[in-house]
Amino acid sequence: MDDPYKSVPIRSSEITPKSLYLSRRDFMKTAGAVAATTLLAACAPGLATGNLPTPTGLSVSQKTDELGDPLNSYQDITNYNNYYEFTTDKQGVAPLSANFKTEPWSVQVYGLVANPKTYAVEDLIQKFPPQERIYRLRCVEAWSLVVPWDGFPLSNILKEVQPTSAAKFVRFEAILDPKDMPGQNDPTYPWPYQEGLRLDEAMNDLTILATGLYGEPLPPQDGAPIRLVVPWKYGFKSIKAIVKIELVATQPATLWDTIAPDEYGFYSNVNPNRPHPRWSQATELRLGENKRIPTLLFNGYGSEVASMYTGMDLIANY
Amino acid sequence: MLKKKSQITPLQILVHVGAWYPLLHLGFDYLTGRMSINPIQEIEQHTGLAAVFLLVLSLACTPLSTVLGWREAIKRRKALGLYGFAYTVLHMGVYVALDFSFLWSQIWFNIVNERYLLVGTLAVVLLIPLAVTSFQYFQKSMGKNWKRLHNLVYLIVPMAVLHYAWSKKGDLFHLRGDILYPLIYALVVILLLALRLPFMRRLTSSWRRQLTTKLQKILARVHQPPKAKPSFVNDPSTPPQEGETTGG
Repeated sequence: MDDPYKSVPIRSSEITPKSLYLSRRDFMKTAGAVAATTLLAACAPGLATGNLPTPTGLSVSQKTDELGDPLNSYQDITNYNNYYEFTTDKQGVAPLSANFKTEPWSVQVYGLVANPKTYAVEDLIQKFPPQERIYRLRCVEAWSLVVPWDGFPLSNILKEVQPTSAAKFVRFEAILDPKDMPGQNDPTYPWPYQEGLRLDEAMNDLTILATGLYGEPLPPQDGAPIRLVVPWKYGFKSIKAIVKIELVATQPATLWDTIAPDEYGFYSNVNPNRPHPRWSQATELRLGENKRIPTLLFNGYGSEVASMYTGMDLIANY
Repeated sequence: MLKKKSQITPLQILVHVGAWYPLLHLGFDYLTGRMSINPIQEIEQHTGLAAVFLLVLSLACTPLSTVLGWREAIKRRKALGLYGFAYTVLHMGVYVALDFSFLWSQIWFNIVNERYLLVGTLAVVLLIPLAVTSFQYFQKSMGKNWKRLHNLVYLIVPMAVLHYAWSKKGDLFHLRGDILYPLIYALVVILLLALRLPFMRRLTSSWRRQLTTKLQKILARVHQPPKAKPSFVNDPSTPPQEGETTGG
């Protein structure tokens, strides 16, 4: 089968010259600064949310995903984050996480494995050179982005640690650091964040551990230094700032199915036919383009993942 | 109908300029590229907040007039309420047209299943007859029923605040998460409604009388001979003015 994620050559005429888009950005920034000083920002709390600066060395091999959907800008991806460890305000995550310390960082891989290991993130990047993966990210809240991640298949690590025959699921655990993550002081949520995948889902080639974005190291607000990306599931499955990966025999508890099991199931595969109990999942608001588009079953990755769920009732096993 | 040539007051200017400000701010942000990554949501949130703010202000007019004796406040009630309604219509219009591209079945599904949308939509439905009958013609022709109908604001404004609170990622009743602003609004609305209770009205008017007497004594000591009573004190003996209602 053809790899739909292989980069397609892109005509140089289609690429906006860097100087042009940088000057456009400068214009926006200047206009923003003028606006901010002209108007009293205090009149509407939260209205004036300044974005953080964009790194200059962004690189990406193509401008669209395999469906032709344009990539979201680095600005979009890094200033609109659901990351409750910091705050529930999506635009508040970037400033709040700006000084979050992501090194040194190690990931412990253990449990039902022949060969448990603890990896330093920089060693992982050395060992498994990041590949560019352009994925759609569909949030359970019915908005979506197209993101050029840099990462490597989770299966690389799993093959090294060698799950035993008893291992059926993978449990992921994020960092617990209430001192630097103010949202973790909210007792509504059973911190640390936890997620899980079935072993075959974890071994699927689409499932990656991302360490970068647009050719740049992952910024804290997007889950630095290392996060999961499972593009056919709702965004909350793609746990950020991972410190532990455990191979287990039974379906692990996740943060969201602990709090609201009727709303957020273990599988959480993107499915337009299975509404969230409180809202329809039939469409999504694609940010950047700011238009509502139909949601695709498995977020459009059915050809790679549907076979894992043959015979499974996708409505009952939401 | 004879009408005195009305004089434009600073408060009147403030109300009209202030009410247009959120819309102009959004327009300015749009034109200068200052919108957030999710501009549709930003417009929804800011028109919604403006609507709640203006509706709460309209609810404040009567207590400002009866409790603090600021007589002009009551004359601005209608404009504030209508501006609040205008932002409400804008808010819903953005949701239906920009956010959901008139996908009625999805809009309906969300409204009946999402409590904040349900309470918000009900508030809008209840607000419509009030806006329609806000013209003086109805106020005159409906007689006592006008007042009865417009008492619905005591239900609508708390519903609007509840809609706001529930739309946030927080728990108003357990004081967790993003609830600071909704909580402030809720407390203000509770106060504004409480001030209308007969018991509270008796209490506040007796406080006012005591305060007036005290102030008069102090003034008498400072200025001799004693001058007229302070200007902000409202003389309860004056008859209600046009547009003022006793029940509110």
